[in-house]
Amino acid sequence: MNTTAPTTPAVSIREVTKRFGDVTAVDAVSLDIADGEFFAMLGPSGCGKTTTLRMIAGLEFPTEGSLQIFGDEVGTLPPNKRPVNTVFQNYALFPHMNVLDNVSFGLRMSGVEKKNAAMRAMDLIDLVQLTGMEKRKPNQLSGGQQQRVALARALVNKPKVLLLDEPLGALDLKLRQEMQTELKTLQRELGVSFVFVTHDQEEALTMSDRIAVMHDGELLQVGSAEELYERPVNRFVADFIGQTNLLPATVAENDMIVLDNGSKLLCPNPHAVGSKVSMSLRPESIRIGTRDAIPAPDQGTSLQGVVSDMSYLGHALLYTVKVDGLSLEVRSEPVSADRRFGPGDDVAVWWDRTADWVVPD
Amino acid sequence: MTLTEIPETAPELPVQVATPELEATNERNDRRRGFLMALPAFSFLTVFFALPLVLVVVYSFATRNRFGGTDLSGWNTDSYQELGSDLVRQVLTRSLVLAVITTVICLLLAYPFAYYMATRKIGIRNLMLVFVMIPFWTNFLVRNYAWYVILGTDGPLSQVTETVGIGPTRLLFTQAAVVLGLVYGFLPFMILPLYASIERIDGRLLEASRDLYATGAQSFRHVLLPLSLPGVVAGSILVFIPSLGAYVTPEILGGAKTTLLGSYIVTQFLTARNFPFGAALSTVLMVIMLSATIVYFRKGGRTL
Repeated sequence: MNTTAPTTPAVSIREVTKRFGDVTAVDAVSLDIADGEFFAMLGPSGCGKTTTLRMIAGLEFPTEGSLQIFGDEVGTLPPNKRPVNTVFQNYALFPHMNVLDNVSFGLRMSGVEKKNAAMRAMDLIDLVQLTGMEKRKPNQLSGGQQQRVALARALVNKPKVLLLDEPLGALDLKLRQEMQTELKTLQRELGVSFVFVTHDQEEALTMSDRIAVMHDGELLQVGSAEELYERPVNRFVADFIGQTNLLPATVAENDMIVLDNGSKLLCPNPHAVGSKVSMSLRPESIRIGTRDAIPAPDQGTSLQGVVSDMSYLGHALLYTVKVDGLSLEVRSEPVSADRRFGPGDDVAVWWDRTADWVVPD
Repeated sequence: MTLTEIPETAPELPVQVATPELEATNERNDRRRGFLMALPAFSFLTVFFALPLVLVVVYSFATRNRFGGTDLSGWNTDSYQELGSDLVRQVLTRSLVLAVITTVICLLLAYPFAYYMATRKIGIRNLMLVFVMIPFWTNFLVRNYAWYVILGTDGPLSQVTETVGIGPTRLLFTQAAVVLGLVYGFLPFMILPLYASIERIDGRLLEASRDLYATGAQSFRHVLLPLSLPGVVAGSILVFIPSLGAYVTPEILGGAKTTLLGSYIVTQFLTARNFPFGAALSTVLMVIMLSATIVYFRKGGRTL
């Protein structure tokens, strides 16, 4: 966490709850977003991430709790009175206005005189590389261009926090990766906090300084990509961030755990003996080889099994290994065909002592 | 693309190699089929709409004879010259003014209502739509007579105002009564197109405008109104045109001093038996309506 300095957070959410009738969309969420931070809110659809973003924007008001932007309470302030701007999902560009009018809209509404507003809008249009397109209507632009207009339209107002709701969701893969880099560069140059909502964990991991994982209206974990990936707090986070093998187990004595199939493994963890847990093993941190190739057979960091499936992914091989009723995904180097294992081969799998991680059930 | 033939005949036909000639034949057949399907409505409209319309125009150039009949000879433009008279100008101005007032009031009443309706949940929306259309279940003439009773000298409205202490109302046979009746009669025609166009607007556009520092009023002025303009245009046409030529409502609720174009035309045909003049008035009315429609649609189309 980079909250060592006692600076005011850009956004501070305290015990915020939002209910729509009987449905609790956001449940007592608390989090701080630092100034200049690239912050992602990640979760499956319906997890409350968009509602949280909309509350920061002022498009929804919290049912309970406190919401501050740079120390000012904004709980029920309308959106036009908040120093934040939003890049909407599918952009919500005004279809009856050209690019220039779209981008200068915010300035015009806050009373900037027309010529001045147009000049500043042109600067932003240049910045997002749409020079020469200012007279076009949104429907004459490609998806990527529309997204740039949306970005320029928000940034021209010099918001203290930029909110982005699934900003790249409507773009195809290649464009999305391009825009990811561009957004990141832009954010670094402007030094403004970007808060962005996504359901794409890869996007969140590559772009953000910190990520908040939400599920069913609850905030599960906030941390850097590394923290979330290597030290998830529960099954959901472990499973949602990257791929993992989750093996149900019971905590035993001497830093051991016992898998449901009886295998005893070494796995230091803080949970009480006898409690039900899951061991998380990332497919890429597991090695696969013949049974006599296990480097440390009695360390409790290996299992023996049978290959049930193998897929060639180009940059890797993906094995499915059956171990006494358990199924493990193992990702290995793309070795030449004669050195690969096939279905039915007896194999062993092993991993580093630091590769496993236990989450409570 | 015919619906019926594909499953029935396709298996029996020998598969042919595609050629431009074959494609052209297919297209010709398609067009012929389309024409045949449109034919019933087409003939109906020709016989009962287009032909009478032509008759009206033809009559407007004919001569009225001494016996109140019309001679279809000695073609002239006398009837059109008569249109310049003070009386005609008065009636025309009054009709235009009342039609504009009616349209504006309908617009002011219908817009907020249509917006409210468009932003409700689907079930409530449909219910409200039904309410808007309920008046159509009763005959227009009957509903006008209902207003006649309500507004009458000793009618319910007058009784209420008397009880409250404002004194009796004398609305019947005034222009206000006519406007009231017209607004009542044509309001649904304003609400429905407005609703249709507002309902299609993406709500996030309004949110985006608020996010970009627009107040509620600015949001309306710069986003909602321009985007719903097609509905405003369509609704205004649908109210303005029948208001301009209204006959039933002014006849029942208006007095002698509130003769409107519709009644004036009827008088020419039935009382004055001046068919050419009545036909000329009708033609002019139609031209005004047509031009208004064209101008409005052009304008609406451009701002879209």
